[in-house]
Amino acid sequence: MTLLGTTRKVPKFGARYVLESQIRAMLKFFWLIAAMAILNPLLYLVSFGIGVGSLISQHIGPHGIDGVSYLTFIAPALLASSAIQSSMDETIFSTLEGFKWRKLFFGMNATPQTGNTIAGGVFLAAMVRTVIGVSVYSAILYFFGAMNSPHAYLAIPIAIFAGASFGAIMLAFASHVHNEDLFLTIIGRFLIGPMFLFSGTFYPLKSLPSALQIFGWISPLWHATELGRYATYGHQISVTMVIIHFAFLLVMLVVGLFFGFRQFSRRLAK
Amino acid sequence: MLLSAAVAIAERREGKFGDRYYAGRSRAVLERSFIAFKSSTWFVVLSGFVEPVLYLFSFGYGVGRFIGNIDAGSGKMVSYAAFIAPALLATSAMNGAVYDSTWNVFFKMNQSRLYHGMLATSLGPLDVALGEIAWALMRGLIYAIGFMAVVAPMGLIPSWWGVLAIPAAVLIAFGFASVGMAITSYFTRFQQMGAINIALLPMFLFSGSFYPLTVFPGWIQAIIKALPLSQAIQLIRALTLGVMQVGLLVHVLYFLVMITFGLFITTRRLDALFMR
Amino acid sequence: MSENLIEVQGLTKKYGEFVAVNGIDFHVRKSESFGFLGPNGAGKSTTMRILAATSRRTSGEVSVLGRDPEIHGPQIRAHLGVVPQEGNLDVQLTVTENLYIYGRYFGLSSKFIRSKIDDLLEFAQLEEKRDTKVDALSGGMKRRLIIARSLVSDPDILILDEPTTGLDPQARHILWDRLFRLKEDGMTLLITTHYMDEAEQLCDRLIVMDKGSIMSEGSPAELIREHSTREVLEVRFGSEQNVRMAPAMEKFCDRIEVLPDRILLYTEDAEAVLEEIVGAGHSPKTSLVRRSSLEDVFLRLTGRSLID
Ligand SMILES: Nc1ncnc2c1ncn2[C@@H]1O[C@H](COP(=O)(O)OP(=O)(O)OP(=O)(O)O)[C@@H](O)[C@H]1O
Ligand SMILES: [Mg+2]
Repeated sequence: MTLLGTTRKVPKFGARYVLESQIRAMLKFFWLIAAMAILNPLLYLVSFGIGVGSLISQHIGPHGIDGVSYLTFIAPALLASSAIQSSMDETIFSTLEGFKWRKLFFGMNATPQTGNTIAGGVFLAAMVRTVIGVSVYSAILYFFGAMNSPHAYLAIPIAIFAGASFGAIMLAFASHVHNEDLFLTIIGRFLIGPMFLFSGTFYPLKSLPSALQIFGWISPLWHATELGRYATYGHQISVTMVIIHFAFLLVMLVVGLFFGFRQFSRRLAK
Repeated sequence: MLLSAAVAIAERREGKFGDRYYAGRSRAVLERSFIAFKSSTWFVVLSGFVEPVLYLFSFGYGVGRFIGNIDAGSGKMVSYAAFIAPALLATSAMNGAVYDSTWNVFFKMNQSRLYHGMLATSLGPLDVALGEIAWALMRGLIYAIGFMAVVAPMGLIPSWWGVLAIPAAVLIAFGFASVGMAITSYFTRFQQMGAINIALLPMFLFSGSFYPLTVFPGWIQAIIKALPLSQAIQLIRALTLGVMQVGLLVHVLYFLVMITFGLFITTRRLDALFMR
Repeated sequence: MSENLIEVQGLTKKYGEFVAVNGIDFHVRKSESFGFLGPNGAGKSTTMRILAATSRRTSGEVSVLGRDPEIHGPQIRAHLGVVPQEGNLDVQLTVTENLYIYGRYFGLSSKFIRSKIDDLLEFAQLEEKRDTKVDALSGGMKRRLIIARSLVSDPDILILDEPTTGLDPQARHILWDRLFRLKEDGMTLLITTHYMDEAEQLCDRLIVMDKGSIMSEGSPAELIREHSTREVLEVRFGSEQNVRMAPAMEKFCDRIEVLPDRILLYTEDAEAVLEEIVGAGHSPKTSLVRRSSLEDVFLRLTGRSLID
């Protein structure tokens, strides 16, 4: 005999309830997210791909960087970068909102939900948004003729993978945050900004001074971009490097999820 | 009697123009920002000029290698870094001012009810608007000086006229902050704030920061040139590169109009909102 | 010499089509303590905001210190100390900083404000919390700080919208005592409240509002005399029984009110009525004899109890 009634069972896959509530919250911003998902790639591609691209082809000829048009060159980098951006936005803001701003997680935790299911739900919701965002982005790239190689579609799972890895790390970081102003500043100004700018996004990493190239090596965006470039236009890359790129992203994903889930449970138990 | 202190102060501007809206004390509102700043995380506020510097390094030197020198208008050839540096200064003036006058103002207006408290005293709505904007401008000034201090030694400001880029950045920030605050006063939900990002992104990407507008057809150039960020870039670029013409006064006038218009609407809206 | 600091005639306030205040008239004399009593949504706060020059009226005449608050907002507000119903402390600042900057909004010198801060902190019993961020205060502490803050400019008129809501009994009594002293020093007080005891203690004169209109006006004693009897007998027959017993009770007194949990019998001599009831063979579970209060006036005028 147990004192707990048998009808009150704990839901099996609790994360899906959290996932549902996260997605409902996201739908409130539907138009905003949709507009940004479409406008962002369009505007960046036109502005950088065509605008800056025309300056580059004036200077060094139409097959300037890496033997392809500038638009084709930056396309996989922008795709991976947008995946990282949307998965990160979602994990960071949901986590801060849940622990700090509206303290929603503490309410959820009063139901059969646990730290793990809540963290899982938040992460999965971020992945849903990332997958949708990446799909829209790829479709636009296709129309710009930047996805023409036969295995270009591989760039899609690569970008999603990069989003997952970075989202997982941010989930772990954000769950520790108490001073969110400081955190958001550091993340925005000293992590995301430099990552976007110095990961070989707009020119090959090799053309940076070697001291700055280190930054690319620790950046998931660079690893994903290298893989993406291989997929979309056959950028030269050795098998060893392919393994290193994948291994890096995988380690980030696992470490991020491990520490994220652990901290969610700990913080809720406090 | 002691109790007349607050009253006597309030009577000073009595009968003067606009005494319903302006008590001549926006300094107190500015002081409030300063007190809040002292206990906030300094680092957050002061590191604001890092972003344009990073863009400058990445694009100016990274992309610049593949571009070489560039015609900055009137046949003057300059390095790519010198071409984008003034644009980045203008853009960061815009971004800072917009952030301060939208997110921050929205929070104080709707969440923390800070302005309700201020407007229950003998302050008027214009005092609040000016005081808040003044704070944004002081930040903008510090960022502009910080940026110039990094950029000038690298030889990216070929002309001594470039010093004027600092007050110009403040003027630009003033324009954006006034209009930004006016627009924010119409917002009631956080979601609407996203509309601002959507409006700013194309401006950032197409206002001639990263390449001359001549890559576009003529009619598109004309539209872009009328947008505030493009005006700002034209003004600052002319100053840092030393291309001085009387025509620059048109840009200055443009921002003076923005400031007046923005302040006018903001004051009326604050009054209407809090006098409901 | 009784000079009117505030005069209101035909004041009406509409929010869209909805009439929140419906053509009310009243005046407040210097050094008077004037109360607004009424159920939720009666229009008390709306009236207060108009007097505080932070809301525009739809029609009617309002004069505060001889001036129109719509035209001379900043000048009138310089004379006022306002405690709004909803808190609007500066959450980014500490307790002391809140007091300080509020004084600065009035244009007072730093030196002058600093000389007052200790007194104000003592007034609010927040000496120990002086350097605490406002966010970290309890609800009652915030309330006390808002009240202290309203005094920083030495106002002539203090406008208090439900000042003691959320205070514990001890803090309420301390506040009453402080307000009493301010009144003795010649300050004019405007108070809204849901607490009858508070109104009876603090107000020289009050108006009872309901649905935007004034139901009655006078001193607490006058209102009780006018709208109630000297004494009240409260009897309880148990929750289901009260309604059933009501008709039988009517003949014992001038007037009765049937509430969900008890019956109120209005009479000049409650003891005698109780004896009659028992003598007639009824046996209430409990009974209470008391003097009439503003609560009864309120019930009579609005048909509702105050805190619904
Ligand atoms: N800004 C507003 N917009 C629309 N309606 C309002 C607004 N403020 C108040 N009202 C309405 O006006 C009526 C009177 O409100 P008011 O706040 O004056 O009531 P009150 O007497 O102070 O009530 P309470 O005891 O609950 O504080 C209410 O029905 C309220 O819904
Ligand atoms: Mg009220």
